[in-house]
Amino acid sequence: MENSALNIVVLVKYVPDAQFDRHLTGEAHTIDRNESILSELDEYALEAALALTDARGGAKGGNTVTALTLGPAAAAAAVKKSLQIGATQGLHVSDEALAGSDASATSLVLAAAVKSLGNVDLVITGMASTDGETSIVPAQLAARLGLPQITFASSVELDGTTVTARRDGDDFSEEIQATLPALISVTDQANEPRYPNFKGIIAAKKKKVTTVSLADLGVAPDAVGLAGSLTQVAAAAERPARTAGTIITDSGDAGIQLVDFLAAQKLI
Amino acid sequence: MSAIVVYIDQLDAPGKLSTTAHQLLTLARTAGEPVAVVAGPASAELLAELGAYGVARVLQSEQPELGQFLVAPKADLVAQAAAAVAASAVLLDNSAAGKEIAARVGVALNAGVITDAVSVVADGGTLLAQKSVLAGSWTVQARAASAVSVISVKAHAVEAAPAPEAAVPAVESVEVAFAPASLGARVVSRTPRAASGRPELEDARIVVAGGRGVDGDFTPIEELADVLGAAVGASRAATDAGWISHASQVGQTGKKVSPQLYISVGISGAIQQKAGMQTSKLIVAVNKDAESPIFEIADFGIVGDLFKVLPQAVEEIKKRRA
Repeated sequence: MENSALNIVVLVKYVPDAQFDRHLTGEAHTIDRNESILSELDEYALEAALALTDARGGAKGGNTVTALTLGPAAAAAAVKKSLQIGATQGLHVSDEALAGSDASATSLVLAAAVKSLGNVDLVITGMASTDGETSIVPAQLAARLGLPQITFASSVELDGTTVTARRDGDDFSEEIQATLPALISVTDQANEPRYPNFKGIIAAKKKKVTTVSLADLGVAPDAVGLAGSLTQVAAAAERPARTAGTIITDSGDAGIQLVDFLAAQKLI
Repeated sequence: MSAIVVYIDQLDAPGKLSTTAHQLLTLARTAGEPVAVVAGPASAELLAELGAYGVARVLQSEQPELGQFLVAPKADLVAQAAAAVAASAVLLDNSAAGKEIAARVGVALNAGVITDAVSVVADGGTLLAQKSVLAGSWTVQARAASAVSVISVKAHAVEAAPAPEAAVPAVESVEVAFAPASLGARVVSRTPRAASGRPELEDARIVVAGGRGVDGDFTPIEELADVLGAAVGASRAATDAGWISHASQVGQTGKKVSPQLYISVGISGAIQQKAGMQTSKLIVAVNKDAESPIFEIADFGIVGDLFKVLPQAVEEIKKRRA
């Protein structure tokens, strides 16, 4: 297989906008999803997919980039934004039973959804969601799909069916290589995400979004949601908001006042 | 008492236990019988140290695949060892690799995974973990609803202490059956990153961090860090500009730290930065812009020129110590 057309799935998540106050709510302490947007870290995953498919002729070259999301009806907004940016089609898993799913239940449903798309060459994800922030769904999805896992990639190259990525750890920078099909998660160092332009916004209206239920995917409702999750949140509390302390304007001795403050706190 | 598995990576720095490993073993002892699962060689030096922390049982593999491929083979080792000793919990460090091993062990054992725990306590037969969520604005108590709990634990969740009585560990060699896909992502090269000689960001008692305001010159930040014995951090603006290594980034997509003291210098304090530092005990901010949001959360703030304030503070600290 030379540089043939690619079938890529990008995971996109509809998350509460971090610019507003975010809350946990209800008996199970789940997240309040008002004021939500496409997770900004997923834009790097989408850009990585579009760069790889652009290099092989884009949509006209027979490449497919599917934006896959899981969530309530409003989560369709994450798919819509992805289509405006350049994804070729959308898949939205929407089911009331999904509410409260943890990483394990989420990765279970995502695995079923990816399988429903047939022969996928690459699954690309962001490095973490900006709400749950556990960053474990990509590894769990790779394990469930039996795909090689290349996570926290800060660069991605594809040559034929060989994908090469750089992973920058604390102690080492590593080069990782796998043969397609594979799963990759990309960091915010991987690229500069493109913005939707006017043409993209118009074109998105004609792109196909398929909405499926758990039954369509053959996933039992009690395997997901709060019932199917393997973790429970026993208690949740909002941290008392930090309040401003003493603020001074330097009039020549602020460095000394800083040392006085540190000494009073027994930090020097 | 049920077995509590602690994952010990000996592939990169064999012969020595990390400070986080000491903490995990201390934690495991409070919850059950600690069992060390070691990837890499189990040297006499390592075994003595494990024994001092109360480990009587060690499961170990030196299969080359553990180091040749990314993460997945290590998860196969941990999952198979945990099943072999019927562990009720698996504890790992909270590094990127630690969390990913936890993730895959969770799938293999059908176990709940909790990451980023800042404290873990035994509570009626299960482990209750505390963590910060939503950029540090909420605190939750979470537990696994499964037979096995898999928890990745941040540094300093517990104070490390050797066992009252040292044990002599029995070592069992494990032959891991690797899943085919676990051998799919090969590590083709590794380049060590330069060591700074300063404390690790996540371990440090004090962090001094610089942002856009340092305008390419981290010298004042580093000098203050060095007189305080602090780690050096940075905002994403500073790492993106190439002024300092990306490994120093504090924030939503970098390190999440909660030191005793965080000194924020020339950083405006956007939500993405706050996500990495607002659980710090004390926050000091130096910024020339009085309107910077960082001042809303600073315990002590200085509106001023960092190139004047920091050197003056460094001189004053040296003077008081002389």
